[in-house]
Amino acid sequence: MFYKRTLSGYLFDLLNLCFLTIVGLIAIYPFIYVLGLSFTTGEELAEGNFYLFPKRTSLVAYEMVLNDPNIRNGYLNAILRTTGGTLATLLMTSLAAYPLSRKKMPHRKKIVFFILVTMIFSGGIVPRYLLIHELGLINNRLSLILPLMLTAFNVIVLKNFFQQIPESFEEAARLDGAGDFTILFRIFIPLSKPILATIALWTCVLHWNQWFDGLLYITSDKKQILQIFLQRIVVENSVNRIRFGIQDLDMTMFSSEAVKAATVVITVLPLIAVYPFLQKYFIKGIKLGGIKE
Amino acid sequence: MTVEGTIRKHRGLLWMFLPCLLYFVIFHYIPMFGIILAFKDYVIGEGFMGSRWVGWENFETLFGSSDFLRALRNTFVISTLRLGLGFFAPIILALLLNELRWSGFRRGIQIVTYIPYLLSWVILGGIFLLVFSIDGPVNRLMLLLFDTKVRFLTDDLWFISLLVFTHIWQSAGYGAVIYLAALAGISPTLYEAATIDGANRWQLVRFVTLPSLAPTIVVLLILNLGLILDAGFDQIFNMYNPIVYDVSDIIDTYVLRHLISLDIGLSTAAGVFKSVVGLVMVVASNYLARYLSGDEYGIW
Repeated sequence: MFYKRTLSGYLFDLLNLCFLTIVGLIAIYPFIYVLGLSFTTGEELAEGNFYLFPKRTSLVAYEMVLNDPNIRNGYLNAILRTTGGTLATLLMTSLAAYPLSRKKMPHRKKIVFFILVTMIFSGGIVPRYLLIHELGLINNRLSLILPLMLTAFNVIVLKNFFQQIPESFEEAARLDGAGDFTILFRIFIPLSKPILATIALWTCVLHWNQWFDGLLYITSDKKQILQIFLQRIVVENSVNRIRFGIQDLDMTMFSSEAVKAATVVITVLPLIAVYPFLQKYFIKGIKLGGIKE
Repeated sequence: MTVEGTIRKHRGLLWMFLPCLLYFVIFHYIPMFGIILAFKDYVIGEGFMGSRWVGWENFETLFGSSDFLRALRNTFVISTLRLGLGFFAPIILALLLNELRWSGFRRGIQIVTYIPYLLSWVILGGIFLLVFSIDGPVNRLMLLLFDTKVRFLTDDLWFISLLVFTHIWQSAGYGAVIYLAALAGISPTLYEAATIDGANRWQLVRFVTLPSLAPTIVVLLILNLGLILDAGFDQIFNMYNPIVYDVSDIIDTYVLRHLISLDIGLSTAAGVFKSVVGLVMVVASNYLARYLSGDEYGIW
């Protein structure tokens, strides 16, 4: 740094360090608490001095949650929509970005504008719901994937990336008789792996976290997603639906709080797993955010 | 060249683009025209075109109902508090992190404060309901320290405070990353020059760092003003309960309730009102920002 070190400067550094430590602790505490809570026994919770880590641990909550048919279904459906949704997004975004990145594409600028408009205006949830209804997609898993296939942001980001690929690549391929589809899939997509990986990661996070579409469009438990079952258990406080599934329940071990916490933990787990990768790509994503035409 | 000629010449590209075109028309443009439902008395059986035109009747009903006026008031109060208290939190966090010399610690705080942004409000709401429940750890600590418990989830004022606090908790880390990215772009020569002129540490922040952040701050403020009628549907829907409806029923929850009871015209009208206000706010604040800064700042 360029400024002179002073006593008040050191004092500020010390206070700053303390303050940010407190901020960090407040940020992390709820997660640690819920993680600890998921392993508690009913007995210890009743004593009323549990704050961080349980003295005695129990896996009853996880046993119950993982044996619940709804949660299992929900997990499967969440994985299904996340995988399907991400593949659809990658394919569709590539197909959209390639033509828009080519100078010879007719009315290119107008089409980019046509796509950008959707970032600003939307019809709101009512027309969206009616559309899904009219398309006959109510209680169909496609209703969770199709509306999220493309975003203007992803298309523009990938288009900008494609534009940076030297034209000589395309020209060389054309001389060998390659068409647009071959050029896209054999040359452009392999060259764009880092940016496609970024889009894929963010799409995975988006799909895993989506819940409102499940609530609106999915009507049967068989097709319902994990977030909605989590919502029923934690927010609507209906632990009992799970509890009745288990016989010979040891009531000193059972606590509904632990069951709620365990459900939260298994839902968060996949997101925490991709977090290190997101960190790596995140700053890159922000820099790409500056859309240039 | 004729239209057919153009099409034939670029058939590969056009075929490739077709799915994207269909997607945006079906899932974005058709719903945009759905806003005309706000001016119709929509009956499911009669469909989109068949339903009767009613002019401004839905809007008149809306502004005549105390339910909607309450939702409007709550939305405005909550989002003003969120903006007033929450907008500056990431700026302060970023500035403090920027002053930190120990880069490992800085990275640690960044990682920790950023996590909540990755999680849905179903998850976060669940966590907070556990942490702030009447028997939760916060209340056990309150009992220990002050010999009293606080009804965070069922007392009107406490619940609103909780909404604002948890909003800041969730979004400050993410916001700080945006500002830190802008801070990283400031040229070191600016700091060098200011130091040669005798600037101290505080003056460097005041006369170099903050002015360099100004464009980012203005852009984010304009975007946030456009969300003035967004009081955080995901958050509220996953944290509220009937006891606090009186202060936490917002426009979005009102819209959802009327959608579920198939009151299509009314709920579309409420949604349209919200979008129009948001658009007007963005345009007006952008105009104001450009006017005040002499055409320097703004999002367009």
